[in-house]
Amino acid sequence: MSRGRFGIHGGQYLPETLMNAMIELENAYNRYKSDEAFNKELETLLNDYAGRPSRLYFAERMTNVLGGAKIYLKREDLNHTGAHKINNVLGQALLARKMGKVRLIAETGAGQHGVATATAAALFGMECVVFMGEEDTKRQALNVYRMKLLGAEVVAVKTGTATLKDAVSEAMREWTSRISDTHYCLGSSVGPHPFPTIVRDFQSVISREIKAQILEKEGRLPDAVVACVGGGSNSIGSFYHFIGDKDVALIGCEAGGRDVHTFETAATITTGRVGIFHGMKSYFCQDEYGQIAPVYSISAGLDYPGVGPEHSYLHDIGRAQYVPITDDEAVDAFEFLSRTEGVIPAIESAHAVAYAKKLAPEMGRDKIIVVTISGRGDKDCAAIARYKGEQIDE
Amino acid sequence: MSNIYKAFENGKAFIPFVTCGDPDLNTTAAVVRAAAQSGADLIELGVPFSDPVAEGPVIQAASMRALAGGATTDKIFELVVDLRKDVTIPLVFMTYANVVFSYGAERFAKRCAEVGVDGVILPDVPFEEKEDFAPICDQYGVDFISLVAPTSENRLAMIAEEAKGFLYVVSSLGVTGVRSEIKTDILSIVEVVRKHSKVPFAIGFGVSRPDQAKQMARCSNGVIVGSAIMKIIAEHGKDSPPFVAAYVKEMKEAIVSL
Repeated sequence: MSRGRFGIHGGQYLPETLMNAMIELENAYNRYKSDEAFNKELETLLNDYAGRPSRLYFAERMTNVLGGAKIYLKREDLNHTGAHKINNVLGQALLARKMGKVRLIAETGAGQHGVATATAAALFGMECVVFMGEEDTKRQALNVYRMKLLGAEVVAVKTGTATLKDAVSEAMREWTSRISDTHYCLGSSVGPHPFPTIVRDFQSVISREIKAQILEKEGRLPDAVVACVGGGSNSIGSFYHFIGDKDVALIGCEAGGRDVHTFETAATITTGRVGIFHGMKSYFCQDEYGQIAPVYSISAGLDYPGVGPEHSYLHDIGRAQYVPITDDEAVDAFEFLSRTEGVIPAIESAHAVAYAKKLAPEMGRDKIIVVTISGRGDKDCAAIARYKGEQIDE
Repeated sequence: MSNIYKAFENGKAFIPFVTCGDPDLNTTAAVVRAAAQSGADLIELGVPFSDPVAEGPVIQAASMRALAGGATTDKIFELVVDLRKDVTIPLVFMTYANVVFSYGAERFAKRCAEVGVDGVILPDVPFEEKEDFAPICDQYGVDFISLVAPTSENRLAMIAEEAKGFLYVVSSLGVTGVRSEIKTDILSIVEVVRKHSKVPFAIGFGVSRPDQAKQMARCSNGVIVGSAIMKIIAEHGKDSPPFVAAYVKEMKEAIVSL
């Protein structure tokens, strides 16, 4: 009976109150995903409003400094609102409008998905409420202001660890109390079916473009695609059209936090085990009794104790590899990319840059790595400055 | 089949919910005994979960206090062993899928049967996902209890037909918690449930006062109350048992002869 499985992962573990809403969403998505007018409208929005296609940029200086594989950056940071999140949000907001919904609710960690949802709500004239862990509203104060500027209400979630997982829980709770006019615009490839599939499909524009762009520039596919993984939306989007190309290594970079040997980590696949939470079966950081662990990362966007079910499946079958990157490595990569290429990456994306720094020198100069820069780093500057012991006013 | 049917043999059933381990397991044991002696027909024992998505603020806070106080699944099984020395009414666990999955569904069901837990309620396991849990519970004679909600509509009959133990009717949209008024058209849900369910059904979510309990009991076989009890425990802590006893007595008396 269960739908939406990736191997053993996925499914629909959520209160009965929401089941008909999930079925309604699945039916609407199945109807519109192959609807020509819908796709045309979405493509126009992605191109004219969000600024797609995003660039695939040859990072020549970075390549030369590292002295190994050629590195290309997939520049999702250049999208409108500054991250890949807009790809999914425009798709879901359009779908919600077709379903007659007039109100969008969303969770956000770093604030990028909240900003994207608030943006789409403004564009479509919809009401918008964003749930954000109180801890994250402090780490990402600028994004809180942006959301409010765009007309959204921002609810600071104080329960649990007051981070991304609590924001997801609170958005789910809100949805159970108001379903008929509200769409929950889930921002990552997590949650109950059909969300992991919907988010992946809307984000798969990233790998579709990478494939066309690299073929044009290099005449061949890359040897590796590297992206950061929290819930895993930019990474599944970056991987998706390469899953069938067995010679392309797919590498997801998890938030190692202070290190995977400490409790202050959010590296789910590295340190977690299979569980059931937030609507899905997947890998989760948890204790021996299944209590969800209070995870930690410098990156609010990767600070999540679970991972999308399709990533868990790609890990199980060995198709993708998942590696932890510590806070220190990510901050180092944040500074490295800023100075070497003049590109300030989001601290989330810096986790992918950090792994590329390790990987490139080990590969020959004839090899190609694509690194997805999922977002821009302006939002992180104050927090990184604090991390480095410097106080600045935003 | 478990003993749950016995809970519905003494007029309309009153079913309190208690989060195990808030503020500590000794208090939980005393509260359960007090409730049982004051007319509770079945008690839902909440096994706390770190992130209870179906709960409102009161039970969320109770769960956090219980976990902070060191309550674990194993210790709660031990609590039931102790309770079963003298508590004879049916007891069911209410928890979340990951608590059972992590323990091992079979190990969990087997342990329930051994210590005398009659049923299991997992609010984040809908009809479509119950295959992971229900057949194993069946095998050990533990009832896997299903829930229906005001939004179930065309799903009501399907869920009611396969209901075991009792059917949990969620009174209104949203999460658990005290509500001043229950606005759902409960009668239209009840009508379908009655036609398709072979087991009794009880209404929960939002019930706290005797007048609300009467309203819900008139059209069902029983009433479930959680947050109102956990508010008493939050207020009185270790001194809660007599306060819970008085509350249970008042609520049971309000509905018993309807």
